[in-house]
Amino acid sequence: MTPEAASGWRPALAPALRLRHDPVRGKDLLVLPERVVVLEGSGGTVVGLCDGTRTVQGIVGELAERFPGAPVAATVPAFLDSLRREGWLT
Amino acid sequence: MTAPSAFSPPPPWALLAELTHACPLHCPYCSNPLDLARRSRELTTEEWEDVLRQAGELGVVHTHLSGGEPLLRPDLERIVAAAEDAGIYTQLVTSGTGLDEARLAALTAAGLRSVQLSVQHADPRAGDRIAGRAGSFAAKEHAARLVRRAGLPLGLNVVLHRGNLDAVDALLDLAVAWGADRVELANTQYYGWGLLNRAALMPTRDQLARARQTVERRREQLAGRTDLVWVVPDYFDGVAKPCMGGWGAVSLTVAPDGTVLPCPAAASIPGLDPPGVRDHPLAWIWRHSPAFNRFRGTDWMTGPCRGCPRREEDFGGCRCQAFALTGDAARTDPACALSPDHHLVREQTEADRAVAPPYVYRRPGAAPLPAPARAAVTEDA
Repeated sequence: MTPEAASGWRPALAPALRLRHDPVRGKDLLVLPERVVVLEGSGGTVVGLCDGTRTVQGIVGELAERFPGAPVAATVPAFLDSLRREGWLT
Repeated sequence: MTAPSAFSPPPPWALLAELTHACPLHCPYCSNPLDLARRSRELTTEEWEDVLRQAGELGVVHTHLSGGEPLLRPDLERIVAAAEDAGIYTQLVTSGTGLDEARLAALTAAGLRSVQLSVQHADPRAGDRIAGRAGSFAAKEHAARLVRRAGLPLGLNVVLHRGNLDAVDALLDLAVAWGADRVELANTQYYGWGLLNRAALMPTRDQLARARQTVERRREQLAGRTDLVWVVPDYFDGVAKPCMGGWGAVSLTVAPDGTVLPCPAAASIPGLDPPGVRDHPLAWIWRHSPAFNRFRGTDWMTGPCRGCPRREEDFGGCRCQAFALTGDAARTDPACALSPDHHLVREQTEADRAVAPPYVYRRPGAAPLPAPARAAVTEDA
């Protein structure tokens, strides 16, 4: 586990961002000023759990229950860290 | 002209809403057309609400609420709320003049997500001179403070030209001091007012080279804090810009009177016959109108664009620039070094301009009128 993910961090979406589903394109989007990030696969579901109340371990646990057999413990902390480095999660 | 066909273009991402062409500023490079739309022709509140509802259904994700000065619309809060209801992320594009705490609070309550503020120069007097309005710089400084206090993301937009390229370093200091998240340094695009003022705005090659060096140095320093966007000076680079990400490919512009255009300058192209929201649904305009299909794809291309390996990257450059310089909107953009018309651009960048002419400030009636109309004006005077 990466240092941030292990440190009790409770990820939350940065105030400028908006997570939304786009029914026209059938995708989850992160919308920023002047920029749209298309979240592929279950990226939108993961970001949707980043409400500032759950720890990274809590998010991993919840996803593991919802998607039995998926490698969430191996992939989700790194995904969250990558969004944090972009400044999209705080 | 392309007939309506079974081909359906991908949905647009963004809508530029020119809510009004009225503006307290008079910048000589304004992106509004020379023929400014009258206030009496502007769409009503209900018409804008309907446009934004249709835009959301069509797939628009971002709207830039612009002008002129959008704060001059007393119904701006309702227009923001309509965008928010349609799931569209709103950005206010403003001069800052007329923004106070109560107005910003009302806009934020209606769902406003971010603000882009225009800045003309880092020096207040020079900024006011370019904007053609005393006190405009002070209003911007005040507006930036309000936006930061409200917790909204703040972008600064600076149009670069002969009169401010030497101040890029100071402009970036100002952006940091004002707490901007993003700075767009946009070299002037020469259509409409910019073309009318081209001789006054055209920088020297040395000025541009120094500004570029500054931007590279500051980009490293500011990494992770302030996003720095450099919009290329296409006259100097010899490379056509991928204008609008392609004609009718990414975004659409709705003018104050409801005319819908592939880009803000496209009304200048003769015979385009742009459709309006008062006559057609937005989805038909995007997918099927002759104006939006006219330069889609690559079949319309002429000259060196046909068969060029870059044609899917720069889309032949800018149609409005091709028309403005050659009289034919389907020619290769003269900014491209491969264009047979490239000399038209080179002559401008190489012209010796020890003294630049004065600005023709953007004002209704300030642009040269067609000859008969000008004669009539002279008689009246």
